[in-house]
Amino acid sequence: MRLALELALAQLLRRRRQGVVSVLGVTLGVGFFIAMAAMMQGFQRDFVARVIDVQPHVVVKDEFRRRPAQAAELAAGPRAAVELRGEKPVDEPRGIRGARAIAAALGDMPGVAVAPNLAGQVFLRYGTREVAATLTGIDPEAERRVGNLERDLVDGSLDALHAVANGLVLGEALARKLGARSGTTLSLAGTQGVVLKAKVVGVFRTGITSLDTSVAYALLAKAQVVLERPNVVNQLRLRLVDPEGARDFALRVEERFGYRSESWQESNANVLGIFVIQRAIMYSTIGAILVVAGFGIFNVVSTVAWEKARDIAILKSIGFRERDILAVFLLQGLLVGVAGMVLGWVLGFLIVAFMGSLRFEIEGFVRLQGFVLHRTPLHYAASGAFALATSALAAWIPARRAARADPVDILRGAT
Amino acid sequence: MSDRAPIVAARGVTRVLGGAVPATLVRDVDMEVAAGEFVAVTGPSGSGKSSLLYLLGLLDRPTRGRVLFDGVDTAGLGGDALAALRLARMGFVFQFHFLLPELGVLDNVALPMRRLGRLAAAGAEARALGLLARLGLADHARKSPDQLSGGQRQRVAIARALANDPVLILADEPTGNLDSASARLVFDVFASLAAEEGRAVVVVTHDEELARRATRRLRMVDGAIVPSGAPPAGTGAAGA
Repeated sequence: MRLALELALAQLLRRRRQGVVSVLGVTLGVGFFIAMAAMMQGFQRDFVARVIDVQPHVVVKDEFRRRPAQAAELAAGPRAAVELRGEKPVDEPRGIRGARAIAAALGDMPGVAVAPNLAGQVFLRYGTREVAATLTGIDPEAERRVGNLERDLVDGSLDALHAVANGLVLGEALARKLGARSGTTLSLAGTQGVVLKAKVVGVFRTGITSLDTSVAYALLAKAQVVLERPNVVNQLRLRLVDPEGARDFALRVEERFGYRSESWQESNANVLGIFVIQRAIMYSTIGAILVVAGFGIFNVVSTVAWEKARDIAILKSIGFRERDILAVFLLQGLLVGVAGMVLGWVLGFLIVAFMGSLRFEIEGFVRLQGFVLHRTPLHYAASGAFALATSALAAWIPARRAARADPVDILRGAT
Repeated sequence: MSDRAPIVAARGVTRVLGGAVPATLVRDVDMEVAAGEFVAVTGPSGSGKSSLLYLLGLLDRPTRGRVLFDGVDTAGLGGDALAALRLARMGFVFQFHFLLPELGVLDNVALPMRRLGRLAAAGAEARALGLLARLGLADHARKSPDQLSGGQRQRVAIARALANDPVLILADEPTGNLDSASARLVFDVFASLAAEEGRAVVVVTHDEELARRATRRLRMVDGAIVPSGAPPAGTGAAGA
């Protein structure tokens, strides 16, 4: 094996320029793999971490996914064919019926915290500005158990909601849109016509753009007044010890209580779906780079094998077996692959370090100050494995042809 | 012919090259070479000399007939077994020296030893140096092959052929590209390998003058060995 390696290296060094180009191909593939994976996975993990951190893990809403079965269907049984026409939904008052009991039942489960809310659309007016927002009525004590709202406050406090007659906590971006800050008194208009004067007692920043631009918190009782829905709760917000299990837990809750229960995965399905597409794009781009690198390796090994036909014949006459020849040429591809992989690791590391040093503000799904980068040896291992596999495959095709060459054919041609 | 057991023997060997128009390269050849014999195969271009040599060297397989090496029919041996025989028991020299340009002179000579692995690296190097010295190339061991003259390269190739102490040496027009002085030198080496060391040597050449120095001459025409009746076996007919 050492002999084969020496021969491979010696032959490769004779084709230095082609060799270098092939190595660079692999280097770029591996380097960009690492950089893009760090960037993309960093962003995705950051988003998920923030969502898990800030948003409730499961929200039980006052909706049903399926309309309730009609009397005719119930009477006919599940195997009968029933066609109903002119169905109309019942116009019943919305809200979760028996919310208190459901909340108590959920709260008794291990690893689950519950907070009842009433959320609805309101208009906030300050001076000439009017902004639509989602008003969420909360119980500060319960809210502390299901989220980190208090930690995200940049100004004021949750307890101040109790201290002031009509206290309001606004998202930072929302406050900016209104031109309001702590202490500002503005008017709060519900869709049913109720208008209250409310005072801003706190401002929060979660980093999740959709929350910071459109959510205001008030005490549950005040929200019920503004939205004109006394004693109604239309959301139960749950926090789980195991956020990854939210999907299953939501399913079980919905099965048991009937109300639509959304896990954070479902609520953010659009963003998570984009992540899947992002990953697909990234891996196909990287794959394409490495395939091109593979062609480079194929080219260099083919060229060497072609040029070395005479040497292959002499090696065979000396007593080298097919597999010895195969090893010599396969190793050339692997040498290119290994060199490209190591250089690619260095390149990837440097790109990631450079991106990590950049500072800038962007506001997308979340608010960022620079790239969030996920650094893991896994990216190095995966890119290396991919590079080596590509190199081996690209070299194997010409190497096998070289190994199978008939020395007599070559000798007849040469002499 | 020698009364010793032959190292290599052809029995009714025919080699037909397939294709649109099949060509018979070697036609029904019977011959054998014993240890200590120096056999020269002569004949015009295209008479099948080289093809016979490839068959004796187990690089090629006969279409019909058998090639026996050391009494064993090689038809039953696989590619790896044939490679092992070539490695340990044979040495090849070709018209063009065929040294590997990437390796130095010494490494070229040591290559078969390293492949065989019988000697450690230091031992292989010492033996390679000894072989080079024997061929008058001791001063050139550290050079690259392209720094040597044609005759010197061919002697390096002979040193490489001797690397694993083979019983059979096969040479295909080894002097074809050499001036007459170098050619004579190379033939002297072959003669002494047979006479003094008891190896079997088969040399394909079209140089009749040099061929006369062999212990036995075979003449080929159209792929067949023809009786060399008329010209009397000159020197060294008695053999070793």
